[in-house]
Amino acid sequence: MIPAGFDYHAPRSVADAVKLLGSLGPDAKLLAGGHSLLPMMKLRFATPSALIDLGKIPDLKGIGESGGEIRIGAMTTEHELLNSKLIADKLPLLIEGVGQIADPQVRYRGTIGGDICHGDPANDHPALMLALDASFVLSGPKGERVVKADAYFVGLYETLAAADEILTQIRIPVPAAGTGWSYTKLKRKTGDFATAAAAVLLQMKGGTVARVSMALTNVGPTPLKCRNAESYLVGKPIDDGTLKEAARLATESCTPGVCLRGDADYKTAMAGEMARRALQTAQSRAKA
Amino acid sequence: MSNTHTICFQLNGKAVDVTVPARELLIHTLRERLAHTGPHIGCETSHCGACTVDVDGMSVKACTMLTVQCDGADVLTVEGLEQGGALHAIQQAFHEEHGLQCGYCTPGMLVRAYRLLQENPNPSEQQIRYGLAGNLCRCTGYQNIVKAVQSAAKKLAAAQTATA
Repeated sequence: MIPAGFDYHAPRSVADAVKLLGSLGPDAKLLAGGHSLLPMMKLRFATPSALIDLGKIPDLKGIGESGGEIRIGAMTTEHELLNSKLIADKLPLLIEGVGQIADPQVRYRGTIGGDICHGDPANDHPALMLALDASFVLSGPKGERVVKADAYFVGLYETLAAADEILTQIRIPVPAAGTGWSYTKLKRKTGDFATAAAAVLLQMKGGTVARVSMALTNVGPTPLKCRNAESYLVGKPIDDGTLKEAARLATESCTPGVCLRGDADYKTAMAGEMARRALQTAQSRAKA
Repeated sequence: MSNTHTICFQLNGKAVDVTVPARELLIHTLRERLAHTGPHIGCETSHCGACTVDVDGMSVKACTMLTVQCDGADVLTVEGLEQGGALHAIQQAFHEEHGLQCGYCTPGMLVRAYRLLQENPNPSEQQIRYGLAGNLCRCTGYQNIVKAVQSAAKKLAAAQTATA
């Protein structure tokens, strides 16, 4: 399987990439790690006229901390995230999620920015970004803008980024000390996408929930933020009764597609179970 | 056909240059232009890992990388593991522990195990299984593959102690 022909460009700066994207028109695609786009091109599901490879732009790489935020270059690979001491110290939820993405080879090439921009609800970063309250920096011909992850995922393969914009950086506020976390994912085998998964950040105070953030993977056209479950849990203890009700509320807005991983009822039930387990694990890790 | 590119990279320590169309995948350049047929084509869909090669210190599925992306890279295939006619410790360990049956997945397994042991010279069984999760063996001989990687780790550690 070989992709259809295309022109290949490898700009060295974000400014050059933005210019190329503007001049090559809507049939050009950005190439990040290539582990979603190249397989689609090999199957001829995607036939871009040109690829703009972002792999040679040093400014899109790297992990740093600034003003209480972790800032991650969009072309930072999953492998780099997984091996970052800063991420391990400050964002253990991200480490737990990334470690469950695909397999080692894919994690060496796959990037956080590519995973987010693809707009596939089966990808793991979108729900992680919602749970972590991330913001994304978009660069376009008119300059930069910063958008919240919360508004970014518009529909299946559809994001807020305009056709002439490039995601350059991911900004994640460092959760308060003592925050518990969990990314709980059900998959049929290593490398598979989630049947359902739940990302949770949880702060406890005096035995009850002070703050909770929860999002689900692959049970709708976009990742789902579980707002009803979140507001239900605040002020309550985590016990069998509250977990059951939170899981029920989390699945209210699930509309999973049917595929070989299961029918809609099964996936919705599994999303609830992943939510329940993720909350439980996050609580066991939270320090009040 | 769209544009072609002339690119240079190191292949098992030797400089090579090739002129390829942008759409050419690394696995095809290696096998068809450079006669390196060690990396195999298995699934062609980034799942099986039979085409695994090492690019700039990363295990990569050569069916999911464009050759043009390798300009200036350092590429290692299974052909580059042996040194001076002697098998690499990982190859020797696969031989001794019966870490292969039909052999189709073996070049990918070896190159992946090489990088795994570079990054973690003393992995636990669980770390080996997690580290090799991107390589499928359809003979399902995983038990001996894991044993072979454990044995290779010991051989490499012993060799290091001997030279230290």
